[in-house]
Amino acid sequence: MAQMTMIQAITDALRTELKNDENVLVFGEDVGVNGGVFRATEGLQKEFGEDRVFDTPLAESGIGGLTVGLAMQGFRPVPEIQFFGFVYEVMDSISGQLARLSFRTAGHFHAPVTIRSPFGGGVATPEMHADSLEGLMAQQPGLKVVIPSGPYDAKGLLISAIRDEDPVIYLEHMKLYRSFREEVPEEEYTIPLGKAGVKREGTDLSIFAYGAMVRESLKAAEALEKEGHSVEVVDLRTVQPLDIDTIIASVEKTNRAIVVQEAQRQAGVAATVVAEITERAILSLEAPVLRVTAPDTIYPYAQGENTWLPDANDIAETAKQVLEF
Amino acid sequence: MAANKSNRFDPEQTLREIEDKFEMLQILNEEGEIVNKEMDPGLSDEELTELMTRMVWTRILDQRSISLNRQGRLGFYAPTAGQEASQLASHFALEKDDFILPGYRDVPQIIWHGLPLDLAFLWSRGHFQGSDIPDGVNIFMPQIIIGAQYIQATGVALGMQKRGAKSVAVTYTGDGGTSQGDFYEGINFAGAYNVPAIFFIQNNQYAISTPRELQTSAKTLAQKGVAAGIPSVLVDGMDPLAVYAVTKQARERALNGGGPTLIETMTYRYGPHTMAGDDPTRYRTSDTDSEWEKRDPLIRFRKYLEAKGLWNEEKENEVIERAKEEIKAAIKKADAAPKQKVSDFLKIMYKGETPQNIQEQLDIYTEKESK
Repeated sequence: MAQMTMIQAITDALRTELKNDENVLVFGEDVGVNGGVFRATEGLQKEFGEDRVFDTPLAESGIGGLTVGLAMQGFRPVPEIQFFGFVYEVMDSISGQLARLSFRTAGHFHAPVTIRSPFGGGVATPEMHADSLEGLMAQQPGLKVVIPSGPYDAKGLLISAIRDEDPVIYLEHMKLYRSFREEVPEEEYTIPLGKAGVKREGTDLSIFAYGAMVRESLKAAEALEKEGHSVEVVDLRTVQPLDIDTIIASVEKTNRAIVVQEAQRQAGVAATVVAEITERAILSLEAPVLRVTAPDTIYPYAQGENTWLPDANDIAETAKQVLEF
Repeated sequence: MAANKSNRFDPEQTLREIEDKFEMLQILNEEGEIVNKEMDPGLSDEELTELMTRMVWTRILDQRSISLNRQGRLGFYAPTAGQEASQLASHFALEKDDFILPGYRDVPQIIWHGLPLDLAFLWSRGHFQGSDIPDGVNIFMPQIIIGAQYIQATGVALGMQKRGAKSVAVTYTGDGGTSQGDFYEGINFAGAYNVPAIFFIQNNQYAISTPRELQTSAKTLAQKGVAAGIPSVLVDGMDPLAVYAVTKQARERALNGGGPTLIETMTYRYGPHTMAGDDPTRYRTSDTDSEWEKRDPLIRFRKYLEAKGLWNEEKENEVIERAKEEIKAAIKKADAAPKQKVSDFLKIMYKGETPQNIQEQLDIYTEKESK
C-alpha cells in the first residue's frame, strides 16, 4: 500500500493497463514528454515509448476521430481531452461516432475506448476550462460515464474503464487531483462500473453524490451527526448507467433523500436520480427528494466560483429541510 | 522612407506560384485517346475489360436504384452516375486489405470491396442488418457527418502503421467536405504522423446546391494538401486511367513509408444530390450538364477499349443483363430480411456487459415483442 493523491492513482492505473495490454494507447495534447498539463501521464512515454504514449496536434475533434479509427483497428485507445470544457470541439466524435460505433455496424465494430478528462471547478482556471458537463454525456445512449471521488476509487474505476468493451467517459475532478491522499494498493484491482459505493452508513437520510461533492457530503453528514442525525452518503461513481439497486435500497432504509451535484440545476444527473427514486420507491418516502446544485448560470469566472459552487453548508441546509419535513 | 520594392515580400506571388503548379492530370481524353503516354499505367487487356465491366455494372446499379427508390422499394440513395471513374478506377488500384471509409455517395466502392449488394440495399432502406459488415470486408459504413471519415481514416492508417501492416486507409469526401474542420484535421494529423492514407476529394462541382466557387477562394481543392505538408494532385476525375494511375502511385508511396496523399478528382454528378427531393434544375443549367456529359467516363473508356478490340455492344449488353439479374436477386434477398425489433436495437448498443438500464428495457421489449 502507498499513500497516493488521485493524480498519482490515475497515473498508476494507466501504467498498469499499458503494461497489461499492448493494445492500450495513451495520447492527447502534451501527454508525452510533458506528462500532461496535470501530470496524469508523467513518465509514461519514457517507460512505454512514443509508439504507445504520444502527443497529438492541437485539435480535439482530430483526437476523437483518431480514436474512432484506432478502435476500428483493434486498439484500446485512452485519449485525454485536456480540459472537459473543450468537449464541444469533439462532440461529434464522442456522441455521433464512438457512442454509435457498435449500433451503426450491428456490432461488427465496437469502441473499447476510455476518454479521460479533467472537469469540475474550484481551482481558478481561465474560463471555458471548468464546468460540469457529465449530464451531456449521460444523455447519450452508448456511453458510460464514470466519475471517481478519490484516489482509491480512481485507480480501480480507471482500470475497469480501460478494460471495458464500450466507450467510457472518465471524468477527473480537478479539485480532487491533489487535495488529499488515500491508501492505494500498488497491485492491480478493479471497481466495477455501474456500482455505487456507500461511503458512510446511516439510517435517517440518504445523500447521493459524486465527484467532488462526495467529500462535501461527508462533511455535511458529520455536522448533521453532531445534531443527532444519522446520514448515509452514497457515491454514485458511475452516473450512466446508474446503480439503481443501491440507490433504492438506501432510500428504502432511510426513507429520506437528497441528491447533490456540482453541475447546474437544469436537466442533469440529479434530476434523473430523483426520477428513478420517485418511480421506484415513492411509497418509502417520508419527504420530497430535494436537490443541491449550482444555479442555472454559465460557469462563473475564477473569482466568483467559490460563492457559486455548492458546498457542505448548502448540503446540510437542504438535508435539514428534508429531515424536518 | 519608401520601401524598396524589390525587397518587399510578395505573398500574392507566392500564392499564384503554388496555385499554378496544380495542373489537371489527364491520360485519356474525351475521345478515348491516350494523350499522356508516359503516365499510362499499362493495365493489361484483362484489367481494362474488368474496369469497364465494373463501371457499366455500376451505371446500371445507379439507374436501377433511382427507379427502385421512385417505386418506394429503396430508401436513402445518393446518385453516382458521372463519378464512375473517380469511384471505381480509384478503387481498382486498391487491395483487399486496404480499408475504405466512404462518404454516403461512395456505396459502389464498398460493394466492389466486398459488401454484399443485399446489405447495401438494406442499409439504404434503413434496416440495421444492412450495416452488419461481413468479417474480412475492410470497410466502414458510409459516413453521414461530412468530413468525419477523414480524421477517422487517419486513425485507421495510424493503426496500420503501428501494426506494420502492408495496407492503406482510403477515404472519400466531396468538394463541400473540404470546408469542414475535420477535413483539415484529418490531412494535418495524417501528415504529422506520416500515415499510409489516401484522401479523395471527388469534386463534383456542387455541395447539394452550393457551387464549388462558394466553398473557398482556393483555386484548386488539391492545393489544400500543401498547408498540411502532404503531397497532393489534381486529376481528371472522368478519366479512369488518370485516376487509377495517381491512386496506384499514392498507394505505393504510402506502403513505402512515404505517407499520405490528397487527390482531387474533377468530376460531376449527373443526378440530384439524393433522391429525397433535390431538384438540380434550381441550381444548374442544362448547358452545364451537357458539357460534362461530353466528358463521360464510360464514353471515353468505351471508345478506348473498342479501338483496342476489347469491347463491343454484345459485351456491354451482357454486363447490363448480368447487373439487372444481380440487382433483382439482391432485392429479393433484402425483402426477406426480418421485421426490425426494438429488442434487436437494444442488443447492439453495447459490446460488453449489458448495463442495467438496457437490461431492464430489453426485458420489457422482449416480452412485448414475443407476443
